[in-house]
Amino acid sequence: MDGNVVLTMRDISKTFPGVKALQHVDFTLRKGEIHALMGENGAGKSTLIKVLTGVHEFETGEIKMEGESAAIINKSPQDAQNHGISTVYQEVNLCPNLTVAENLFIGREPRKAGFIDWRTMNKKSTELLNDLGIDATATQKLEECSLAKQQMIAIARAVDMKCRVLILDEPTSSLDDEEVEKLFVLMNRLKSEGVGIIFVTHFLEQVYAVCDRITVLRNGELVGEYTTRDLPRVMLVAKMMGKDFDDLADIKSGHTGVQEKAAIIEAEQLGHKGTIRPFDLTINKGEVIGLSGLLGSGRSELVRAIYGADKPDAGVLKVNGKEVKINAPIDAMKLGMAYLPEDRKKEGIIADLSVRENIILALQAKRGMFHPMSKKEMEDAADKYIEMLQIKTASRETPIKSLSGGNQQKCIIGRWLLTEPEYLILDEPTRGIDIGTKTEIQKLVLDLADKGMSVTFISSEVEEMLRTCSRMIILRDGYKVGELTGDELSQEGVMKAIAGGDNKNGED
Amino acid sequence: MEKIKKITSMQLFLPIVCLVAVLLINVITTPGFFKISINNGVLYGYIVDVVNRASELVILAVGMTLVTAASGGQDISVGAVMAVAGAVICQILSGGEVSVNQIANPIILAVIAGVIVAGICGAFNGFLVAKLNIQPMVATLILYTAGRGIAQLITKGQITYIRDESYQVIGGFIKGCPVPTPIFVAIIVVVITMVILKKTALGLYIESVGINGDASRLVGLNSTMIKFLTYVICGVLAGVAGWVASSRIYSADANNIGLNLEMDAILAVALGGNNLGGGKFSLAGSIIGAFTIQALTTTLYAMNVSGDQLPVYKAIVVVVIVVLQSPVFKKFMATQKARKAAAQGGGQ
Repeated sequence: MDGNVVLTMRDISKTFPGVKALQHVDFTLRKGEIHALMGENGAGKSTLIKVLTGVHEFETGEIKMEGESAAIINKSPQDAQNHGISTVYQEVNLCPNLTVAENLFIGREPRKAGFIDWRTMNKKSTELLNDLGIDATATQKLEECSLAKQQMIAIARAVDMKCRVLILDEPTSSLDDEEVEKLFVLMNRLKSEGVGIIFVTHFLEQVYAVCDRITVLRNGELVGEYTTRDLPRVMLVAKMMGKDFDDLADIKSGHTGVQEKAAIIEAEQLGHKGTIRPFDLTINKGEVIGLSGLLGSGRSELVRAIYGADKPDAGVLKVNGKEVKINAPIDAMKLGMAYLPEDRKKEGIIADLSVRENIILALQAKRGMFHPMSKKEMEDAADKYIEMLQIKTASRETPIKSLSGGNQQKCIIGRWLLTEPEYLILDEPTRGIDIGTKTEIQKLVLDLADKGMSVTFISSEVEEMLRTCSRMIILRDGYKVGELTGDELSQEGVMKAIAGGDNKNGED
Repeated sequence: MEKIKKITSMQLFLPIVCLVAVLLINVITTPGFFKISINNGVLYGYIVDVVNRASELVILAVGMTLVTAASGGQDISVGAVMAVAGAVICQILSGGEVSVNQIANPIILAVIAGVIVAGICGAFNGFLVAKLNIQPMVATLILYTAGRGIAQLITKGQITYIRDESYQVIGGFIKGCPVPTPIFVAIIVVVITMVILKKTALGLYIESVGINGDASRLVGLNSTMIKFLTYVICGVLAGVAGWVASSRIYSADANNIGLNLEMDAILAVALGGNNLGGGKFSLAGSIIGAFTIQALTTTLYAMNVSGDQLPVYKAIVVVVIVVLQSPVFKKFMATQKARKAAAQGGGQ
């Protein structure tokens, strides 16, 4: 084994029932490098990580760590940790109700005469946090920290456990730019200390900002390993998708959009205490509106108030000119609304139910309990959307939880399209989804708008919204602070509006 | 090979195997187990006894399955609610007397009242669980402890006897029919529930709410209402079970009707391969589970195990069955199989 190599995986194969998740995949990680693991949804990135960390067992192949002559087999994440492999997931898996220090030292608390030595623990934690430049105090509850800080704390924990391989699985999905920047500083520091970092992400910019090497997977097979500087972006995308780069910027051309100004949704001073300040908003037929703002600015909260997911406590909502009262989502659905929530796992999918059941659920709920859909109706509906949205699934009766993230999201989109809504709200529909599917979803949004559907689109990626939206609403700290149309719709214009002018209060 | 795999992977496979295993043991230990004879114009035999005695358990298990699926918790008050329903029914029938030889009010009236009261008990549980978000075990603990006291209050601390033959029909026999009536009651309950689940979308709603309440709300389901409904159904069914149980002993014995039956009902749900954490459910599984438990109880009695020691033997069997069905064990078996297959594949 090359002296610089810290981890090698050779000829790894893994099958799930009906799916070859990994086929003869090799992966090599060197000391002090940041190595991106790229691929579309279902390419096998997560499976490879899970095999490495002992969540899944693998069928063939071997994993070797530097300094250990025998091949290692991790039976559990605990095992992996003992071998110096730590993982930080997209969803932070720490305990929010414990303090920062407790989270850092859980399971290995410093002890004195058999009891936990709180003083030492807090002192060590403070040192560690200071050392890594993490702005948190040892004694505060983890849930009081922002998601970004929680993620850094998870990394700090891994670092303190002397990990040699650090896996970051989509750590930046829910972070804003500044937080990502901080994370990168931390990553570069660890790199200089000789830690090998595996970085799984969907953001190309980030790969090119920090990574030294890229390994690309496609359909469970290894495409290749490249150094970042030798692989231009377009090439990377082509390798991930296995086809020539379909210019993403092109999708808007040809879509003129229906611009007869018929208001479908009108909100007047609608608000929900604690989440979104009263706002006015008019949404026209066939219009794609984007909501933009930093995380926590009230993007999701605004649409949730309209949809009745959080029942508004102030203001008036009119649908097609008529004042309506929405007490629960079902009322909004009956008025022709549909809402794809931000958190797919928590609020979107019904994990144990089949693809079919997940797709028909909203329509069934709309019809009511005493008007069940027939078996044939359900199957036709499911097949239609599996076909139309090209959902990759073994069958329509497969539990949705065994699909990849992007395909789950497509099922949820199918669920709502089936209800034939007039107004569709998509809250971060493309988060954690590969580029190919992203483009498909963006195209779909424009097609739907052409057919007269009104769409509200929320995304953390400004470019994505610039490509699809004809108007953008800007939010800051729970206030609606502006609307941009026409020429104002540019990266710069949006950034400026989000940042705000004179009343900038400098907090994030 | 494919066929075998298909059969073994079915959800009901293990529950059925467990039931068959218990029955097999019966045949070995009690040779006459499956013998059915007719004495005095009614069916007679161990197996008849099992099916007959299991009736209340089946009825309770149906309700428990729905509650478990929707709320991810169990209603431990069903045994006590049975006693309450029994007390209400007998008290109305006796017209306030302690012991009567002739009913004072129509049976239908008394039964409806009893079942309604049981339904109100269910509604109370449902309100605590669905509306106030109290953990099911804690919420139903209230009636679990208070229920028998309420029943005592209704009967004024006495055991009310209804020595009228017309009241004994539901727990005994219909004239001229050799099959015990409780079996019919259980069948009717199961059929009605299955028809409701089949002909409405309630089954899908319950599963959906049980798996992911937040997501269900956003697709327009009223999670609170659905959970509440399952508790009401569970209460009503406990009322029906209480009716049968009190008719069997033609009295309202507040301390003994449905005693510890809630635990058997929960067990039946678990034995049926249902996840006690809620979500997908199988009614058929729970029913098979109920028969398994009753067969086990009857077996042990047939083997002359005394009532006091019964729980010990039951516990042992239950541990084995539950382990067999646990995900860890299933995963272990699956890995063993995969290894074997891999070894065979490598050899060729």
